[in-house]
Amino acid sequence: VCFIPGGLDCSISFVSHILGKVCVHGRQEEILGVLVPHLTALTKADCIWQRICWQLVERVPDRWMEAVVLGFVQRAPGADVLSRLLGNLVVKNKKAQFVVTQKMLLLQYGYTTAVLQNLLGYLALDGLRRALLVKVLQELLETWGSSSAVRHSPVEQQQYISKAILICLSHLKEPDIESCRQELLASMMEGVKCHLDSSLPQVRRLGMVVAESISAKINSEGPVLKFQYEDDDEARELKSLLVQAPPLGAVPGPPDDGRNENTAAALALESSGTAVSGVVPEEESDAELDSDDDLVPYDMSEDKELKKTKAPVYIRDCIEVLTGSDDVDRWEATVKALESLVRKNPAAAREVSVELAKVLLHLEEKSCLEGFAELRQKAQVAVLTTDPVPVAQYLTSQFYSLNYSLRQRMDILDVLVLAAQELSHPKAHGKTKHPGAPNPCIQLLPGSDSSKDWRRIVDERIKSKTRRFAKGQSQAELPAAPNEFSSVAGHFFFPLIQNFDRPLSTFDLLGEDHFVLGRLVHTLAVLMYLAVNTVAVTAMGKALLEFVWALRFHTDSYVRQGLLSCVSSTLLSVPAECLLEDVTEELLETRSWLEDVVEKDPDGDCRRLALQNLLLMENLKKKLEPVPS
Amino acid sequence: MARPPPDPQFVLRGTSAAVHTLHFSCGGQEPDVPILFSGSENGFIHVWNLRTHRVDTALDGHGRKSVNWVETMDGKDRLLSQGRDQRICLWDLAEGRTSVTDCVFTENVGFCKCSLLEVARGRWLMAMAAKALEEIQVLELPSKTSVCTLKPEVGAKLGMPMCLKLWQVSCGSQPLLLAGYEDGSVVLWNLSMGKVLSQLVCHQEPVMSLDFDSEKAKGISGSSEKVLSIWSLNEQQNLQVHRTHRLVNAGISDITIRPDKKILATAGWDHRIRIFGWKKLKPLAVLDYHTATVHCVSFSDHRNPSERLLAAGSKDHRISIWSIYT
Repeated sequence: VCFIPGGLDCSISFVSHILGKVCVHGRQEEILGVLVPHLTALTKADCIWQRICWQLVERVPDRWMEAVVLGFVQRAPGADVLSRLLGNLVVKNKKAQFVVTQKMLLLQYGYTTAVLQNLLGYLALDGLRRALLVKVLQELLETWGSSSAVRHSPVEQQQYISKAILICLSHLKEPDIESCRQELLASMMEGVKCHLDSSLPQVRRLGMVVAESISAKINSEGPVLKFQYEDDDEARELKSLLVQAPPLGAVPGPPDDGRNENTAAALALESSGTAVSGVVPEEESDAELDSDDDLVPYDMSEDKELKKTKAPVYIRDCIEVLTGSDDVDRWEATVKALESLVRKNPAAAREVSVELAKVLLHLEEKSCLEGFAELRQKAQVAVLTTDPVPVAQYLTSQFYSLNYSLRQRMDILDVLVLAAQELSHPKAHGKTKHPGAPNPCIQLLPGSDSSKDWRRIVDERIKSKTRRFAKGQSQAELPAAPNEFSSVAGHFFFPLIQNFDRPLSTFDLLGEDHFVLGRLVHTLAVLMYLAVNTVAVTAMGKALLEFVWALRFHTDSYVRQGLLSCVSSTLLSVPAECLLEDVTEELLETRSWLEDVVEKDPDGDCRRLALQNLLLMENLKKKLEPVPS
Repeated sequence: MARPPPDPQFVLRGTSAAVHTLHFSCGGQEPDVPILFSGSENGFIHVWNLRTHRVDTALDGHGRKSVNWVETMDGKDRLLSQGRDQRICLWDLAEGRTSVTDCVFTENVGFCKCSLLEVARGRWLMAMAAKALEEIQVLELPSKTSVCTLKPEVGAKLGMPMCLKLWQVSCGSQPLLLAGYEDGSVVLWNLSMGKVLSQLVCHQEPVMSLDFDSEKAKGISGSSEKVLSIWSLNEQQNLQVHRTHRLVNAGISDITIRPDKKILATAGWDHRIRIFGWKKLKPLAVLDYHTATVHCVSFSDHRNPSERLLAAGSKDHRISIWSIYT
């Protein structure tokens, strides 16, 4: 396709028609693949070609405009190119405006970041279109901040909207911000609240990153909002959107002020108190011979920190120190030494187990001890494994009691899981069998990573059930030891499942505290999984499936994911014959529910888990079918 | 496989009080006996005979107030001692005498040890903390005339001087003074003009002790925190931090560099003596003998390098003598 240049006042509406028709029929790729590079090259310097191009797209009839615009936005190599190709189309044509500002941003979410950059950059480049940019930002923020959207829309869509917001922010200049500072602030506050309320850590993090960026933008001098979150690849990628990427093939533009604020906020450099004036760099090459070399150092391995107070040696003394003593050093030493003491003296620990569990559950951090939460948890696990039955009874009853904080209730769940893990694994090896089993690493922020890790265990168990045709390295057989968890599994499991629907004045699992409900469900899934090969497993499975049935329509996707993990654990742990004999009705009901979830659930993870469960069920059926003779 | 740390060569007992300061005098020829002077908290200065490991004489001149510095002037017959009775005494110990021949009233109630430097034959300079809080006075001995008083400028907020070191680049050149202060800074003073040449903040806590190697223009300071700071002096007489070394336990009471500039010893509050190589501050040994905080360390001045000793005095009333890296 080549055009005759120069002077001719030709009408190109015919060409526009062809373009439109071809695009609508789905052949965007072929035609635009040829057209766009040509036009890019031609319009680079030549104004006339630019005008021709603009006329070309403007003349496309409305019914085909959407396809053409979509094609251009997706295929243009950069925002400035898009600007050259489309001109002020979005301002002049209603349909194009709708597609660009509403459809691509709010109604669809499948486009890549590059496409978003193109689109929003295009809006930012021209004064006429800037007003649209601000309007778009406001609408995006409305969606971002609406609590129903946060709860019900898929995570991918929320990510898309967040990216769009960040890119818009990167294009905003001072005068734009001035005009809409108040609205930005209001929407940010609304949005942050909804995001932080969510149970999914990803959603919370998205909220935090966007809120930080908005606050940095609108409050460039004053104190900015700063959250604590895991700064991994995703967060970094999001934050990098705030920096304007240089247009392809051009010299990188001057750094935006958004970038400086962002790095200051993200890095949070502290200036040291002492004014250390000029550090002389270490001379690497010593001209003289290093006569230090002939001085051989002595063994300095005994050089450790001096301990001022000694920890008590008896467990009863420990209890005294933890409950009564004001001596902070002794208290610290006790907390550090408690776990090993409990493990070394199981008989003594058994005498005071419930008391010790009580003390530990209510233990608050008295001094700034490093790793306090971990030390406390390890001690609790030690107590629980030393004397499982009474302590488990105590802890599960406390889980449903009045006047505990959410953190304490979740601690109870964590401790139960860790102890169950320890009890169910052969002690001789010392380590857990499964690769990637979580090391109890507690984050003091709500929503620790343990839920993800538990799911990973289940996934790996599923993986291990699939047939492999190549033989991996054979692992040394672990020495067999009696499964200590089997006698106490029921004590861990049933009390937790009993009282979930009874609301208390300070604790309502089915109501507001759905985060704890999610954790409870995940805990039950893990306990079920660890109960494989125990005697009570069938009864547990039946109870668990009933529990899942009761909660299956819960609105929170974290809870639903937990419920699906419960189903997986049940299918994996309960022996197939028992499942088919004793648990048949529940199985069938669950299966119909799973099929429903696979098709209709908005959350991608839920759908995936449901599919896995259906596959497991199929495997079960196949295993039990009589082999054709 | 590194060797285990050595044991002390011998331990001197008998002071019956915490030992605050030590000074060797072993450079004499035969038949002179190598001597170690020690000052204790009960006001006594013990003169130890290093052959018999017994006390030869005990000098009582500070009214039972703690002695916190001893140093010889020109051989072992003349001894200076500083006590918390606000006096610096000059002792005449020749031919078995034990008398105080002269005395300086410092009117200072602090703990800052003095520093002595021989600038010419028969002339010494002694720096000491003066009566006013932040001042240092430098006296010429034996005339006891004041050479200068070093006052930091108003608003400097350095606090008390904690440790002093007089030095000169080579014999006959300008004497200079390094002082460590309560606020953690080390200041280089010019004595002739009484002005600050350079100031460097090395620590967050008071500088407990410092020592300086005039050949390499490098010094080290220790404080009540866990960090040792090594700094150097460049041609413009400016102090710069060279590097820092982190210790396992906080608190250093004394640092001293061996006269041959190969190793240095630190006395710690954690009851341990640490030996480092001076060139690169390579940790060489941790000597763990004492059961209470070590107050002072000192290297001997034996002419024969293989006889050199390290002495450490501690709050547990013992003085341990070590022979290490000779």
